[in-house]
Amino acid sequence: MSLYSEKVMDHFRHPRNVGIIEDADGVGEVGNAKCGDIMKMYIKVKDGILTDVKFETFGCGSAIASSSMATEMIKGKPLSEALTLTNKAVTEALGGLPAYKLHCSVLAEEAVQAAVLDYYKRNNIPYDEADFKCALCAHAHDHDGEGGES
Amino acid sequence: MFVYADHAATTKIRPCALRAYEAAAQETYANPSSLHSAGQRAKEILTACREDIARALNADPREIYFTSGGSESDNQAILSAAHAGARKGKKKLISTAIEHHAVLHTLEKLQREGFEVVLLPVGGNGIVDPASLEREIDENTALVSVMLANNEIGTIQPVEEIGAICKRHGVLFHTDAVQAVGHIPVDVKAIGCDYLALSAHKFGGPKGVGALYAKTGAPLSPLIEGGAQEKNKRAGTEDLPSIAGMTAALKESIADMGATSKLLRHLQDKLIAGLSAIPHCALNGDRERRLPGNTSFCFEGIEGESLLLLLDDAGICASSGSACTSGSLDPSHVLLAIGRVHDVAHGSLRLTLGEENTEADVDYMLEKIPEVVAYLRSFSPVWRDLQQGKRAYIL
Ligand SMILES: Cc1ncc(COP(=O)(O)O)c(C=O)c1O
Ligand SMILES: [Zn+2]
Repeated sequence: MSLYSEKVMDHFRHPRNVGIIEDADGVGEVGNAKCGDIMKMYIKVKDGILTDVKFETFGCGSAIASSSMATEMIKGKPLSEALTLTNKAVTEALGGLPAYKLHCSVLAEEAVQAAVLDYYKRNNIPYDEADFKCALCAHAHDHDGEGGES
Repeated sequence: MFVYADHAATTKIRPCALRAYEAAAQETYANPSSLHSAGQRAKEILTACREDIARALNADPREIYFTSGGSESDNQAILSAAHAGARKGKKKLISTAIEHHAVLHTLEKLQREGFEVVLLPVGGNGIVDPASLEREIDENTALVSVMLANNEIGTIQPVEEIGAICKRHGVLFHTDAVQAVGHIPVDVKAIGCDYLALSAHKFGGPKGVGALYAKTGAPLSPLIEGGAQEKNKRAGTEDLPSIAGMTAALKESIADMGATSKLLRHLQDKLIAGLSAIPHCALNGDRERRLPGNTSFCFEGIEGESLLLLLDDAGICASSGSACTSGSLDPSHVLLAIGRVHDVAHGSLRLTLGEENTEADVDYMLEKIPEVVAYLRSFSPVWRDLQQGKRAYIL
């Protein structure tokens, strides 16, 4: 199917870091109010480094592939770096997504932030709200549709 | 293995239709409006096709207009009736919540022009209650438009009862029969409709051609201005190859209907029974009053696009009403109308079979679909919450 690039399909067919972490240090669950996709991110943190990341996703190919890619991009990285992960970077690493599927991929960025925020809160670590703009606000993502009903 | 289970989207052209198409394109290619004998031969074929289509619907040939397909036929019927009604001060249009966008978007356009649009609800079984029409229909009603069979969940609407109500109130009645024609018996007199839309590519004809039945005396205005083709109601040189292909396909579909629906009913029974064994799922639409080829399910805890992609990897072509497949971020309006909540509608799967499908196809789908559903559930946070009792099962 050429809806998605080979890279997207690879992450969709063989998602990396899928599953849960029973004794996670932070857990973030975010949902797309519009389309209904839901993503849950689990993190393990040691000395400010993300030693393990796992995810679960209820969503489409775009949502699953971007969750998978996002976990690969942040695993082993310092928290500060994980927080700079953007949807744009995830999308680029996936070789692009169809414009109308971008909204399903923003969950990855939001889920990472939500998990880190949870970790900070659990450990009473002070944080700058500006780093969590995605996780703290509910925003709508517009897009143009394609195709029709049959 | 390759299983095409998306016949409601479109079908493979029938060999008889292809032959008729080719003959018209290569032999009787002249313009039916031309005076020379080659043109007149093309015109004879056009006339014969019109007679055949009319016969298939129990209509008069003068009531058949060739169009580019279902969408155009729906648009023309609705706009014609609405504008004719408005000239008499009637500005109310009644339809249902489960119509195809070809109908719904035309109604929305008319609403912006000042018409009042009422969409009748359907029950959880996906069938409209004629009593709800009886409550809404009044002297201001210009048109009632109710589809014969639904494209997503396959439910067959009580169009004969609806036709009778419209007749009693002297209101024009249009039915979108795109999913029904060629699959179940369709008789315009029995239905009592003033308009009926059909599309060739849903029954093994070419794509981009269809017809509109408009009863003698029913208002009809052209969408396309130009030449005098189709009695001045649809300008443009007739696509005779496609019309000939459509006619051949319809004749064969009707001739084979008994055997095909017997096979499809059998495959449907098997598919519904097999898929029902998957935990927390439900059939969409009435179990009995549905097209023989349609099987539509919702599976809780998963999303439809990912299901379709994995089924595609397994060689199965299907469709879904998930928000992620709609291109609009909203799940199918049909699934919402039958009461499926957003999360549940997200996990929908439509399998629509045709006469070429086999028992082996169904066995294969019954092997793959439960596997894929279970796999997607294995990393769905929603499914986990359901299993752990943090969320209540809906199905
Ligand atoms: C119920 C219904 N109405 C109308 C249409 C539109 O038909 P067409 O594709 O020929 O324009 C379709 C097909 O998608 C349909 O299923
Ligand atoms: Zn999505």
